[in-house]
Order: sequence, then C-alpha cells, then structure tokens
Amino acid sequence: MTPEEHIGLALRALPTPPTGWVEAAKELPAARRELETIVERVERDAQFRERAIADLEAMLRSEGVEPTPVVVAHLRRRLQT
Amino acid sequence: MDAATDAELVVRCRAGDEAAWEALVDRYARYVYAIAARVYRLGQEDAEDVFQEVFARVFERLDTLRDDDALRPWIAQTTRNCAVDTLRRSGREISVEDVPEDIDEGLDRLDEALTVHEALERLAPECREILDRFFRRDESYRTISADLELPSGTVASRIARCLARLRDLLEPGRNQPPAPSGEKVAEQR
Repeated sequence: MTPEEHIGLALRALPTPPTGWVEAAKELPAARRELETIVERVERDAQFRERAIADLEAMLRSEGVEPTPVVVAHLRRRLQT
Repeated sequence: MDAATDAELVVRCRAGDEAAWEALVDRYARYVYAIAARVYRLGQEDAEDVFQEVFARVFERLDTLRDDDALRPWIAQTTRNCAVDTLRRSGREISVEDVPEDIDEGLDRLDEALTVHEALERLAPECREILDRFFRRDESYRTISADLELPSGTVASRIARCLARLRDLLEPGRNQPPAPSGEKVAEQR
C-alpha cells in the first residue's frame, strides 16, 4: 500500500455521525441553561425528584421540555450526583 | 473548523464560549462515533446513547481535566467507559464477541485517522473539499465531476495532488534533502 493509499484509508476510517446527534451535542450549553430550573426543583422537592427518577422523559414532557437524548443524558447525570 | 489547539478549546469552553464547545464537538464527533460503532460495534441506538453521554460527561467534567492537552485520550477513555457501560446495561456479557480482541489496535487506528482528519482541515479549501467528497462522503468521480464542473481526469489528478499535500503536512520535511551528516561524510572518504 502506498502512503497516499494509507492516508485515504485513514480518511475513510472515521464515519460521519448522523447530523442530528452532532447538533444535539452542540446544544448542550443551551440545554443546560434550560434544565437549571428543573435541576433546582429536583434538589429541593423530594416528590418531584421521585417523579423524575421514575420516568424522566415523562417528567420533562410535563415541564414542557423535549426529552432529546442529550437532555436526558445530561439530566440523568445530574440526578446521579 | 476552529484552528485552535485542543488546550485552547478547553480553556475557552471552561469560560463558557459556546462557539468553542461547537468546535470541540465538530472535532471529536467522528472519533466518538467511530469508537462506539466500529470498535465496540454498537447498534445505532446504543451508539447514539454513548455519543450523547460522552459529550454530556465531557461538558460536565471539563473542569476536572488535569492536562488540557490530554483532551483526546480523555475523550477516548470516556467513550470506552460509556460503551462498556452500555454493553453491561443491555444485559450482555462482555465477551470476545462483543468486544473485539484487537480493541487497542482499533483505537490506535482511529487515533491515527483523527490525526489525518485534523491535517485535512489545514489544507486549502479546494483540496479539503475534493478529499472530503471522495473519501469521507464516498462520492464517485462522476458525482464530483458534475458538482464541481471538472473533467473526470482533473478530479483524479486533483485527488492525487491533494493527497500528496496532505502527506506533506503529516510528514513535514519528507521532500527536504537529507542534512549532511558527519558520519556519512566520514564514510565516503
């Protein structure tokens, strides 16, 4: 294999992830801001926290937040701490 | 793509610079995806969970990164951990079938690939575009030729020329004549 072929192989080695995933990850800072209010409530309201733990996605929907994978992952992390 | 070093991006992200965060995601999105999907062979759904979890962890824990230059190995390790957690959560035993034996070899290959991708971003736009189309988007000569309004022969020769430029970036000094060495001079005498 020539060095150029080797480089070509390396260029093919990293597939493009779906655009939606990348955009969602980029929106983390905005999502974080949006979730701060919810996180505060989870921390001071035991009942709300239980609801969040029981069904995080349903709780987010009831609060008017779209439970995208990035939002759910972020909030799950916060609930574990 | 942002030309900042990893360490510069980390500092800017910590300061709340959202453009820096977007650049960091752009820089590592393919790498994280490739580790999840190719090295750990996760399905799309699991790979998406890992992908989002990795960036959520990186975002949350950026303050804990001790060496700002170590972003790449840190992201690689975070992705490995998340992939293994996902395999465990799915109830599967982590066996030889789940995790390839050559996992380190696979990660080394992706590491090298990421270096090549980073070098690609430093090429002139015309080179970047044609290499991106041909190798990363897997477009045919015919498609590239039609889109860029170039004869097929020109597409082929431009790809070859741009690959050579990319190689120059990856192996700086390869076209320089070797510096005279005292030992060789002595041998010739």
